[in-house]
Amino acid sequence: MHAAFVIPAFLYILYFFGYPLIKNVWMSFVDFRTATFITGRAPWVGFENYASVLATSVLPLATVNTIVITAVTVVAQLVIGLAIASFFSTRFPGNRFFSGALLLPWLLPMVATAAVWRWLLRDGGPLVGLLHLHNSPFADPALALASVILINIWLGVPFYVIILTAALQNVPKDQLEAANLDGAGRLARFWHITLPNIRPQLAVSTTLTIIYTLKVLELPLILTGGGPANATQTLGTVAYALSFKKFQFGEGAAVGNILMLVTLVFAIAYVILAARKEKQ
Amino acid sequence: MTAAARLSPWLKTLGAVGILVAMLYPVYWLVSASFQPGASAATIQAIPPSFDLTSFRKAVDEQLGPILTSLAVAIGTALLSIVIAAPAAFGLSRLRSRFVDVVLITLFIAQIVPGIVLSNSLYTMFQSIGLLNTIPGLILANASGSLPFALLLLRSFMLEIDQEVLEAARLDGAGAVRTLLQIVAPISRNALITAGVFGFLAGWGDFLFALTLSTGSELKTMTVGVYEYISSPNVDWSTVMAASVLASLPAIVLLIVSQRYLRVGLGAGSGK
Repeated sequence: MHAAFVIPAFLYILYFFGYPLIKNVWMSFVDFRTATFITGRAPWVGFENYASVLATSVLPLATVNTIVITAVTVVAQLVIGLAIASFFSTRFPGNRFFSGALLLPWLLPMVATAAVWRWLLRDGGPLVGLLHLHNSPFADPALALASVILINIWLGVPFYVIILTAALQNVPKDQLEAANLDGAGRLARFWHITLPNIRPQLAVSTTLTIIYTLKVLELPLILTGGGPANATQTLGTVAYALSFKKFQFGEGAAVGNILMLVTLVFAIAYVILAARKEKQ
Repeated sequence: MTAAARLSPWLKTLGAVGILVAMLYPVYWLVSASFQPGASAATIQAIPPSFDLTSFRKAVDEQLGPILTSLAVAIGTALLSIVIAAPAAFGLSRLRSRFVDVVLITLFIAQIVPGIVLSNSLYTMFQSIGLLNTIPGLILANASGSLPFALLLLRSFMLEIDQEVLEAARLDGAGAVRTLLQIVAPISRNALITAGVFGFLAGWGDFLFALTLSTGSELKTMTVGVYEYISSPNVDWSTVMAASVLASLPAIVLLIVSQRYLRVGLGAGSGK
């Protein structure tokens, strides 16, 4: 009877994950375009979709951008998140209120936050003036990518703060006090006691952030549309544009599968890390 | 004592205000600009001169349909996730076999599949079964984000339920369905609310599925409505901001009334 309860969820996962994943693999090996919906014809083309997307100049650039965005975001969110979480795990008036309000950027719909950032950083926008820039950073290829990264960091910091605040609460107080009595300074206590104690949570949340940042798509799409000169294209935006702008569903599927494959590598790392954490 | 430890708590409060100001700077401008219709880069003010609601009226006029669509999608996503996830979570929490590990890893993989990979094949799938441009289609697609999460969250909660309570129900002659509805569900109330809140926010804030699985002309969500505003050649920013404020209201309300549940959910989301 208990197994029967799982059936609806099983069917959902089969239809909405299993089938699409397999269909996407098939689509990446056929010539699937708008006409396919009418004629039903999708001739087998082998690796042609992969070959043609790899031959474009935008895919290598998008791959590098995706890696840069992910690497910088993960490191910055970890450092900033840990700093803010350490700060909020000390006692002071209004602590709970402030850490609650901090969640807001993370909860707002992406479209709303991306819209306001686009406005803040448009020509003559308030933040452009504040930073003494002449034009919108979205008009400059290097600054556009930096802006997308900074906004992405801003979006994810609250998540880290919540996770790490919870982790810091579980650091054994007696160990910290004992080290304090032994004359260990603040930095030494953090390095030798706090950090080893929260390492499992750090490892897990870092891997999760890598996985979530690799598929970054909505943010650059709304902020810059991938421009200027493809400077903010990611694997996600390229896959989107191929399928839903150019209606080359086969090529879109190919890029999507590359993204899925990269994600899977980190997912396996996560499963191993999580299993090790459970053993401890 | 170190200098940092002597730091008066109120100074820390001041530091917290500083962090908050930096983090919420964009949110402040979002609200401020929504009250300043027609303001240009030169005339915009940090503090709105008056609470002019013109942009809000315009946003409601133009986006009422999309807002209602988003609301239907959000409620549907929350309900569908819970209705499918709750029994499955209960079932999995009672089963003891290797099968459970396989399901858990499958659920995790499901959570990490990029939305664009799903969109790509769901579009062709929905095209052939007539789910494109429909609210049920968007609900089914959005559940892909919230259902695996709800299942993992509810299962970890239900594992904690006292065996004796369930055993007593069984001795009283309650079947598995009655046990789930009358005993497990009330005990799991908080976890169910958390799953519902996250399902609602996923459906409400969804942009990618709405953009790819509806054409915008036949069915439009509030997020696509805002995106269309920004993509037009002459952007009326104050109306964009007003619509974005409206889009943000559910999150703000949920943050105020259910912060407890959000924290529980976030903790579960990190694979605790």
